[in-house]
Amino acid sequence: MDKNHLQRQLEMKRSLLDQGYLDEQFIQLEELEDGDNPNFVEETVTTFYANSARLLQNIEQALGSRPIDFTALDNCMHQFKSSSTSIGATRVKKECTLFMEYCEAANAEGCIRTFRQVKQEHASLKTKLENYFKLARQGGTSAGGHAGRS
Amino acid sequence: MNPSNGKGSMSTASSSAAWKAGDVVPDQFPAGLRVLVVDDDPTCLVILEKMLRACLYEVTKCNRAEIALSLLRENKNGFDIVISDVHMPDMDGFKLLEHIGLEMDLPVIMMSADDGKNVVMKGVTHGACDYLIKPVRIEALRNIWQHVVRKRKNEWRELEQSGSVEEGDRQQKPCDDLDYSSSANEGNWKSSKKRKDEEEETEERDDSSTLKKPRVVWSVELHQQFVAAVNQLGIDKAVPKKILELMNVPGLTRENVASHLQKYRLYLRRLSGVSQHHSSLNNSFMSPEATFGPMSSLNGLDLQTLAVTGQLPAQSLANLQAAGLGRSAAKSGIPMPLIDQRNLFSFENPKSRFGEGQQQHLSSSKPMNLLHGIPTTMEPKQLASLHQSAQSLGNMNVQVNSHGAQSSSLLMQMAKTQSRGNILNESAGSHLPTLPSSIGQPIISNGIAGGVIGRNEIGDNGRGTGYNQVAQTSSMLSFPMNHTTELAGNNFPIGSTPGISNVTSKGAFHEEVNSEIKSSAGFVPSYDIFNDLHPQKSQDWELQNVGLHFNASQNANPVQGNLDVSSSVLVHQGYSSRQQGSGQNRNISAMGRTMFSGLEATGQGNEQIMDQLLNNLIVDTPVRVKYERFSDTSSQNALFADPFGQEDLMSALLKQQQGNTGPAEPDFDFDGYSIDNIPV
Repeated sequence: MDKNHLQRQLEMKRSLLDQGYLDEQFIQLEELEDGDNPNFVEETVTTFYANSARLLQNIEQALGSRPIDFTALDNCMHQFKSSSTSIGATRVKKECTLFMEYCEAANAEGCIRTFRQVKQEHASLKTKLENYFKLARQGGTSAGGHAGRS
Repeated sequence: MNPSNGKGSMSTASSSAAWKAGDVVPDQFPAGLRVLVVDDDPTCLVILEKMLRACLYEVTKCNRAEIALSLLRENKNGFDIVISDVHMPDMDGFKLLEHIGLEMDLPVIMMSADDGKNVVMKGVTHGACDYLIKPVRIEALRNIWQHVVRKRKNEWRELEQSGSVEEGDRQQKPCDDLDYSSSANEGNWKSSKKRKDEEEETEERDDSSTLKKPRVVWSVELHQQFVAAVNQLGIDKAVPKKILELMNVPGLTRENVASHLQKYRLYLRRLSGVSQHHSSLNNSFMSPEATFGPMSSLNGLDLQTLAVTGQLPAQSLANLQAAGLGRSAAKSGIPMPLIDQRNLFSFENPKSRFGEGQQQHLSSSKPMNLLHGIPTTMEPKQLASLHQSAQSLGNMNVQVNSHGAQSSSLLMQMAKTQSRGNILNESAGSHLPTLPSSIGQPIISNGIAGGVIGRNEIGDNGRGTGYNQVAQTSSMLSFPMNHTTELAGNNFPIGSTPGISNVTSKGAFHEEVNSEIKSSAGFVPSYDIFNDLHPQKSQDWELQNVGLHFNASQNANPVQGNLDVSSSVLVHQGYSSRQQGSGQNRNISAMGRTMFSGLEATGQGNEQIMDQLLNNLIVDTPVRVKYERFSDTSSQNALFADPFGQEDLMSALLKQQQGNTGPAEPDFDFDGYSIDNIPV
């Protein structure tokens, strides 16, 4: 195990948590990792991003339709938010909540604006997590710190 | 129950099953708990699976509700608990919840990122045994086994009580209620008899309570006999002693019957409550046409509301209204709640939430309209009012027509003795709601629907409505599973069609109804009555029911079977309320509800039942005036004890656990339960 790598990995995680990119839920996921499934967190995040791209598409479409069906939009976003929450993506979640408030108020402009924020946070977290996992792999450990089989 | 029915040491799959059989759980429990998790989001699904595995549970994940349902259906006893997301694209989580409750009677936990009070409340009313807010933490999952154990314990408790000393206490209430209702009956010759019975029962109870009776397995035939007896006596007047006499089954004790009666009533109650939630259930559960809005007490039913909620098909509403109008003529301004088919089966898991939801005015949100639109041989004035109400309903049209032909045959049977067979014809021809084809099926679904409906009716009273829904949900859920628990005094099958027809034709509802009723099958006491009157009571028994229906679910009760039973049950019960002035309304509505619910649940178009229901409803209309009064007498409604299937279910459960791989008898697979069997 590369101490530097592990240390850097931990520091990165700390930083992500402090900056609000990730929350306790992410830690929970890491704790779930075990010998049987050492890359569980990374796999889950990968699944998330694969699925969330589709969900974002749905939202995009709903936003593009005229007139905007805010109920459908709210439902789409609810799904996306739920998914994001499950991996602990805090900032993304916040933007989602804001978006849903605009939905409730049937504020199309607000929704469009907020949606851009959502996508931005979503993409930014993706990059950060990719780096994080890369670091974990390089360190010979899984994201959760397990001695990996990478 | 002997927990170690030899299965404890078997494979993992059965290891968790072993503990189900009895009060004792294997050492490794809750490890091995078989969980089915349903969520359309793949991320959540894998996380949940991981967490559940970490809790040492056996996890099966599923991303579509339909698949989950088929999994559950294929492996009747394959799962102990279900965790489902609320928002799913292919099926609403609550609808899935209803289905599971109805068909399998498993504890269901709902999850959602939405923690709004309304959604959580919906979970309660639909019978979820718990509601988790996402993101779900593993700590929250560690204790889900408690729901399974609780359910089983309640189930066991039910069985115990049915045959034990405590039985007297629990059954006392229903008996008391019966008394009340009978005494309230006007001109009802049975009331005095009932009082006598009550006294006798009390004495008997003392004598027999000390004896430990062997468990009675309520087989389909036995239950049919029971229902027939109840219908014959009239649900309001059906006292265990008389039922026992009528059934004439050697070896059957009054306690057995009393306990079963309790459950039956609860089941009926639940049926009425379920109808409210039926909307979501409707689609998947049965053909949309089967929306049967039984006309429980036409009083105060908010037909409009129900229609608005979209639960009751326009046709049903129209029919209900029409039928109910007859009553409204006498009592204007009383909205008749439509019992949405979907509601019928909105089975909420009463469990811990039961008490809360019970008294809530569940029906207020979705009032159940009993068959308003059922055309009958009402007086011209009545008919006019019916039409009017039908119009006011808007586009509701109960698709009774399609079933009219079929139902008329049944109705004809019923009305044989009556001179007024018109109603049958008319109702058959017109607004009979489309009965689900599976009407002949398990009573459970019907009962539940009836029960649900009944409860919704109470909407005006504000009391039982909440309960109905909750109770019904639970009963519904459990009921199909052969859990007899929930037969909360719901409207059981409409037996007294003939009575109805008579009543409608005449003007003197009371006397006629009473007399007619006597000849017909028993009415199911309208649960709405008890909702109003005895909220406390309902609570009591509801709680009882709650436990009951969940426990029973474990037995593999084919949904089909249940549905059939319920339909038959519905048929029988419709008329019990007619007997009393006040009770009549109740019964009819209860009947209507039960019928509808049952019909819908089963998805079978049991026209016959529909006809009966219609008749009942129609007849009820005229007695609407009296309905108002029945709050006093509806005490018995409140008493509906657990679904009658409890004992059976438990027996079945026991049997199965003991190695019986055969279908549990008590399971309400009343496949053969047809109306024809109902002695009229």
